[in-house]
Amino acid sequence: MLTIGLAHYLTIGAILLVLGVFGIFLNRKNVIVILMSVELILLSVNLNFVAFSAWLDDLTGQIFAMFVLTVAAAEAAIGLAVVVIYFRNRGSIEVEGISTLKG
Amino acid sequence: MIAALAFYLFAAILIASAVMVVTARNPVHSVLFLILAFFNAAALFLIAGAEFLAMILVIVYVGAVAVLFLFVVMMLDIDFARLREGFQRYAPVGAVVGGILFLELVLVLGSWTFADQADDLRLSPNPGATVTNAEAIGRILYTDYVYLFQASGLILLVAMIGAIVLTHRERPGTRRQNIAAQVSRSGSISMEKVPTGAGIKTLGIRRPPEPEAEAPKVTHDAGHGRGHGGHH
Repeated sequence: MLTIGLAHYLTIGAILLVLGVFGIFLNRKNVIVILMSVELILLSVNLNFVAFSAWLDDLTGQIFAMFVLTVAAAEAAIGLAVVVIYFRNRGSIEVEGISTLKG
Repeated sequence: MIAALAFYLFAAILIASAVMVVTARNPVHSVLFLILAFFNAAALFLIAGAEFLAMILVIVYVGAVAVLFLFVVMMLDIDFARLREGFQRYAPVGAVVGGILFLELVLVLGSWTFADQADDLRLSPNPGATVTNAEAIGRILYTDYVYLFQASGLILLVAMIGAIVLTHRERPGTRRQNIAAQVSRSGSISMEKVPTGAGIKTLGIRRPPEPEAEAPKVTHDAGHGRGHGGHH
């Protein structure tokens, strides 16, 4: 209990991932909170990468976590830009109203 | 002992702030709890020995991404009450899906083991305590993973251009600098040697005619004010 092992980190990562998925379901209408939930999911992935990297003594995991971080930052920028122009055109950010493309 | 207590403390705050991110009524509070979650995740990285990533997490996520979220949340005039209408309706579905996902993850967590030859399969073994974490990462990031490094730079460039192209708009009625017209201007510019203290009028220097500068300026200001009000 008082020695931190890999399982502790993996449990925290699993809880964070589940919370992120739960957040996407809970805030169906608010795109900004959905984007924040995606950030939480990516954070849990990073936590798993770092934990395995530390316990295997392999730095590749940390390198990969850095790339995940880069892509997450790019995703946040593009996603927020899309939210801004959607709000400019429609005056709201309700996800359920987005059916213009009929996808 | 101390490290374990610190781990439990940071992990508890991380989980609690993640819950608050998801359930907070006001998205501004969500962003602030997201910042708290990132700080605690950085502390967990520190405990795991990934110092460089912990600092990167604080700088990139807290310094850039979370502030970007904060700007967007505060810039958009959103009716937050309407956005929460389906909250109770979707909560059971989300809880069921999340519960199943968590159960599966727990099953995986309880049953997996490292392979016997896991130590031999390491791609870039940690050089140990002789070099710092940042130096060890730099040694392999700029050699073994240099193409991936360049690719991530390209991703950031594309994201930057994409965000600018998406949000940039031509406002009607604003005055913009026409650099080509300025550079190609000739004939109407001349150099004059002017004694100090003398005004242009007393010297009789001909000023170029002002093309009806005053009247459009007034309408432009009014139009700008209206357009500005309309967007908020």
